[in-house]
Amino acid sequence: MASLRREDVAHVAKLARLTMSDAELDKFTAQLGQVLDHAGDMNALDLEGVIPTAHPFGLINVVRDDERRACLDHDVVIAMAPDAEDGRFAVPRILGEAP
Amino acid sequence: MKSVRQTALDVQNGDASALSVLEESLARIRARNDELNVFLYVDEEGARAAASALDERVARGENVGALAGVPVALKDNLCQTNIPTTCSSKILEGWRPPYSATVVDRLLLAGAVPVGKTNLDEFAMGSSTENSAFGPTKNPLDTTRVPGGSSGGSAAAVAADMTPLALGSDTGGSIRQPAALCGLIGVKPTYGLVSRYGLIAFASSLDQIGPLTKTVTDAAMALEVIAGHDPLDSTSLPEPSPSLVAHVEDGVAGKRVGVVRDLIDGADEDVVAAVERAVEVLKEAGATIVELSVPEFRLGLSAYYLIAPAEASSNLARFDGVRYGLRVNADDVTAMMEATRTAGFGEEVKRRIMLGTYALSAGYYDAYYGQALKVRTLTIDAFRRAYHEADLLLGATTPSVAFEFGSKTADPMAMYLSDVFTIPSNLSGEPAISIPFGTGEAGLPIGVQLLGPGRSEAQLFAGARVLEIADGRP
Repeated sequence: MASLRREDVAHVAKLARLTMSDAELDKFTAQLGQVLDHAGDMNALDLEGVIPTAHPFGLINVVRDDERRACLDHDVVIAMAPDAEDGRFAVPRILGEAP
Repeated sequence: MKSVRQTALDVQNGDASALSVLEESLARIRARNDELNVFLYVDEEGARAAASALDERVARGENVGALAGVPVALKDNLCQTNIPTTCSSKILEGWRPPYSATVVDRLLLAGAVPVGKTNLDEFAMGSSTENSAFGPTKNPLDTTRVPGGSSGGSAAAVAADMTPLALGSDTGGSIRQPAALCGLIGVKPTYGLVSRYGLIAFASSLDQIGPLTKTVTDAAMALEVIAGHDPLDSTSLPEPSPSLVAHVEDGVAGKRVGVVRDLIDGADEDVVAAVERAVEVLKEAGATIVELSVPEFRLGLSAYYLIAPAEASSNLARFDGVRYGLRVNADDVTAMMEATRTAGFGEEVKRRIMLGTYALSAGYYDAYYGQALKVRTLTIDAFRRAYHEADLLLGATTPSVAFEFGSKTADPMAMYLSDVFTIPSNLSGEPAISIPFGTGEAGLPIGVQLLGPGRSEAQLFAGARVLEIADGRP
C-alpha cells in the first residue's frame, strides 16, 4: 500500500475541520504513517469471503413503541448554546449569504 | 476507606452515617488532590445533601439500597445533571449536562453518593492520563509514574483511598489497564450489559462502562447495580441485571482455564512470572489448565487502531461550536467550526480523528476500515474456538507495571502497544477482569487478566476471587 503523503494529511485535516500548521503536518504525516504501516500486517491475510463485523452482537432494528414521551426542555437545551437567537441556535454567516 | 460491602452494611445498619463516611472521603480528597490531580470537580454540596437524605431514610427504617452511603467517583465522560462534565477536553470546559447517565441514576437509586468527576485522557483516548487538557494524574503508589489510562483518575481515586468505588469506561482497556497499574480490580463487562446512555461516546461499538474497586466482591456489587436493560440505549442487552455477588465464592473447580501465550509473550519478566503463579493457583483450586495459542489476538491491535479512530472521528464531529461547549468565532460558519475544533481538541484527539477520517475516506475505506472489520470477525472466531477448549482464558493485563511520565508520549505507537492484551475483548464484546496479583519492578502491582465468553461475568468474578485469596486478601 502506498505510504502516507503530506498532501493526504492536509486533505484529511480539511475533511475533519482541523487547521494544521506546517510543523504539525510534518509530525502527523510521520506518526500516522507509522500506525498505518503497522496496520499493513492485515494485508498479508487472506480475507476473501470473511464477513466484516461492525458490531459485536449484531442487534438489529431496535425500536420502541411510537408513543409520545418526555424529552429535554427546549429552553434548557438552547441555554447551553454558545449563541442563540429567538430560541434557535445562532451561527455566523453561512457561505453565499450577503453580509 | 472501608470496602464498598462494609460501608453499605454499616450505613444500612445505622453503625455509621452516610454523612460521616462522606466526610472521610472528602477529607482524603482534600489531603491529596492537589498533589495527584485525581478529581477535576468535587460536588461537596450535592454529595452532603444526598448523604443527609440517606441518613434520614435509614432513621425512618427504610432500606436505602445495595450501595447505601458508598462514595463513588465518576470518570468525567459520564454525565451527571448540572455537574460540569469535560471529558478532560477544553472543547467541553464549563459545560453542564442537562441529564444524567443511566449508570449515575442507578447508583443514586442504590444509595451511592457521587462525590465528583475524575480526570482521564481527553475523550478517553490514551493509556496514561497524560493526554488530559487539565494535566496528568499521578499514580498514588509512586508519583513519578502514570496511573494508566484512560480511566486514570478513577483508578487513582480508589488506589489513594479517596473513594472505595469508581466507574470508568473501557474501549480498548481503559478500565483494566489503570486497574492493573494501580493495584485494583477492574471490570470490562459484556458489551450491552451496562447502558451507555449518558457516556460521552468515543467508539460506540467498543465502549463499555465498568467498576474499579479494591475487592472482587465490591466490583460484583457495583456491577449488579449498574447492569441491566435500558430502553435509552438501543445496544443494551434485552435482559435484567445478572446475579453476581451470589457466585463470587463459586471457585474454579472443574473449570477449564486456557492459558493464552499471545496474552503473555512480550510482557516483562515480572509480569510473565505473575501469570505463571496465577496458573498454579488456579490449578491447585481444581481447574484444568489448557495451553492455547491465539495468534489472531495480535492482529487485534491493528484492527483496533483503525476501528476506534474511525468511530471516534464520526462521534466527535458533533463538537462543532454550534449547540454546546466551546466556540471560537470566525467570519463564516465553516471557519468557526474549524477554529473551534482546532483550539478545543488536544493533540492525541486530533491524531485519532485524522486517522479515522483517513481510514474512512474515499479510496482508503476498503483497504483500511473494511479490512479492519474483517479482522474483527477473525478475532471473534478465534475467541469462539478458544472457548470450545476452555471456559475461561488467562493472560496478563499489561506488558509492564506502571511506567514513568513522558516515557511513551513522544511515540504514539509505543503507547498504543501497551493495550495489546486488553483490546481483543473489546473487539469481541466479551467480558474481562483485571486482578492485582503480586508485585514486580519497584514493588509496583501487577495485574493478571481473566477473559470469558459473553455474559460470563459470574464465572469471571469466581475465578478472580480465587486469585484474590491466593494473593493474600481473604
